[in-house]
Amino acid sequence: MDKVEIYLPILIMVAVGALIATVLMGLSVLIGKRTRSKVKMQPYECGVDPVGDTKHPVPVKYYMVAILFIIFDIEVVFLYPWAVIYDSLGMFGFLEMLVFVAILITGYFYILGKGALKWD
Amino acid sequence: MNLSGANIDFTLLLPEISLAICGFAILLLGVTKRGKDFGFGLGLFGLIAALAFTVQQWGTLETGFFGMVTKDGFSSLYNIIFLLAGIISLLIAQTYLRAKKIDKPEYYALVLFSILGMMVMASSYDLIIIFIGLEIMSIPLYVLAGFHRFNPKSNEAGIKYFIIGAFASGFLLYGIALVYGAGATTDLRLIAANYHSMAQQAPLLLYAGVALILIGFGFKVGAVPFHMWAPDVYQGAPTPVTAFFSVGPKAAGFAALMRILDFGFDSMDEIQSVLWILAVLTMAVGNILALFQDNIKRMLAYSSIAHAGYILVALTVGGEGAVASGLYYLLGYTFFNLGAFAILTILDTRDGTDSRFSELTGMASRHPFLATLLAIFMFSLAGFPPTAGFFGKLYIFSGAVEGGFIWLAIIGVMTSFVSVYYYLRVVVACFFTKADHPFQQVAMNPYLALALIITAVGALGLGLFPSSWIDLSRQAFASFL
Amino acid sequence: MSFSPELHHWLILSTILFSIGIYGVLTRRNAVGVLMSVELLLNSAAMNFLIFNHYASKPFIDGAIMALFIIAVAAAEAVIAMALFVAIFRSRKTVDVTQINTLKG
Repeated sequence: MDKVEIYLPILIMVAVGALIATVLMGLSVLIGKRTRSKVKMQPYECGVDPVGDTKHPVPVKYYMVAILFIIFDIEVVFLYPWAVIYDSLGMFGFLEMLVFVAILITGYFYILGKGALKWD
Repeated sequence: MNLSGANIDFTLLLPEISLAICGFAILLLGVTKRGKDFGFGLGLFGLIAALAFTVQQWGTLETGFFGMVTKDGFSSLYNIIFLLAGIISLLIAQTYLRAKKIDKPEYYALVLFSILGMMVMASSYDLIIIFIGLEIMSIPLYVLAGFHRFNPKSNEAGIKYFIIGAFASGFLLYGIALVYGAGATTDLRLIAANYHSMAQQAPLLLYAGVALILIGFGFKVGAVPFHMWAPDVYQGAPTPVTAFFSVGPKAAGFAALMRILDFGFDSMDEIQSVLWILAVLTMAVGNILALFQDNIKRMLAYSSIAHAGYILVALTVGGEGAVASGLYYLLGYTFFNLGAFAILTILDTRDGTDSRFSELTGMASRHPFLATLLAIFMFSLAGFPPTAGFFGKLYIFSGAVEGGFIWLAIIGVMTSFVSVYYYLRVVVACFFTKADHPFQQVAMNPYLALALIITAVGALGLGLFPSSWIDLSRQAFASFL
Repeated sequence: MSFSPELHHWLILSTILFSIGIYGVLTRRNAVGVLMSVELLLNSAAMNFLIFNHYASKPFIDGAIMALFIIAVAAAEAVIAMALFVAIFRSRKTVDVTQINTLKG
């Protein structure tokens, strides 16, 4: 199990992938014909004329949602080990998990009441 | 799974549970229209309920939840310290928060959660639980330091405290991981029992682990050379939060350190010389740098570093008597340091103040009672008899002499003589400096008065019957040996 | 190619991660970079727990459980840090930690 040999196919795969990419890119650089014009050098933005700078500040509500997502997402990590041994924990484990989820829901109601999830 | 030997007894956790329930209630009520004003009352109720449950638990020695939770005299005494600090800092907070227009219910919930973490930290023999308690304590504190959201200084304090705190947690955690690697356990009782075989099999892991744990807690209690965050954070944070900072996390850090060093790694003799150096550096640097401060909050920050040094002396000497005197000193420090910060908070409630020494001039003629109290707290911090500060230092340094640490005691006494200068500077500014402009009136209310009465009675009462209090601390400490 | 990683290889890896974390905390100017370095510190410790759990206390899973707790703690710290960064960015328009230095003695 611990042997590194089992990763050999992956290594070969990576090598073949890199080789194909290099050959194709190299060929197109070598034998391709290039024309430069102002329109062609513009950054690609879905075919529409690009607007403004790329370093545009993101509205803070995106951060809010990201922050809240992280915390609720990670808390689920405690549900997995509980679910694995759920049968042997019995009623006690069930009640403990109810308490845990109740605390999470308290937090959810708090952010809901604060209006942190309102987009406008 | 067999749950019969687990001793799942929720009455053990009643103090913690009451804090948690009140904290969540504050948060939920805080989002409703009319529930915003319940924060203070519910917070105080939760703390007093937890205090009542803790006092009721006094004298029990029980272990529960698969050995993860231990309630003994030691944890009870520490929990009482945390809860008293919480109650006093809550009493002084409301007026300040209202004056600065940041009176949000979240403040009280965060204080409650933070104290919950401290209590978890003090009531376990397991390094995992101690770490989780530390995080439950620290994360609300980061927010509290930056609680004055539109004040750049408070923001800065929050961010600095976070970076240093998280850095320290990383060290501590890595240290715990190495100790776990050396002994395949995080239970301090098992570590103490198997110490010698661990030290033989994996000495490197063990020593590196303990060193990292020491660094981690060194940051948390503000020991030199891990102290540089303290003055900035103390100055930038809102004053009632600073009051809480100077006592709560420090006491919690010492609770964990005492359990780890005096129980888990009691047989590791090399720690003593490391602690010796830490204690000397902390006392010297704290007291000397405090001399040069113009800001009272920064001065008190360095003074709190120095006081951590005195308690480190008790830890260095080790053993029942010394650690009991350290506990007694911590209890006294809770009262007189919080008292000093209570008066500072009352002064800071006025507009346009920056807690400078020059702002104290003329206080004695305008508010003679407040000025006298401030003088009492300063005398206690400096260690004049008959205050708790004097007897605490007396017990700690005489314990050091008895333990054969003569130089440590001499350095300690000398540095505390240095400290008299900057504490008396406050008294001189209050009483003996001519005011060039009239002293701005401060507003009093029953809560502030109650906080001042509790702290003054504590500071003087502990000094009046020192021996009975020392016996109490001795009992508390003996319970975990 | 008959190499299989032993205990010390894993420990070297986690020590390197820990060192990169310390270096990052001390040298990064952007607060988000500092936060990422702190996460490295915590995760290298979590990795150590898993390593020691695998090699030293096989039938028990204390180390694995601890790693779970560390993941949760690291997430909580990241969230608090991002909230603090947003607050400071609003008042200062920067999260450069060398610029955040108004508190001095």
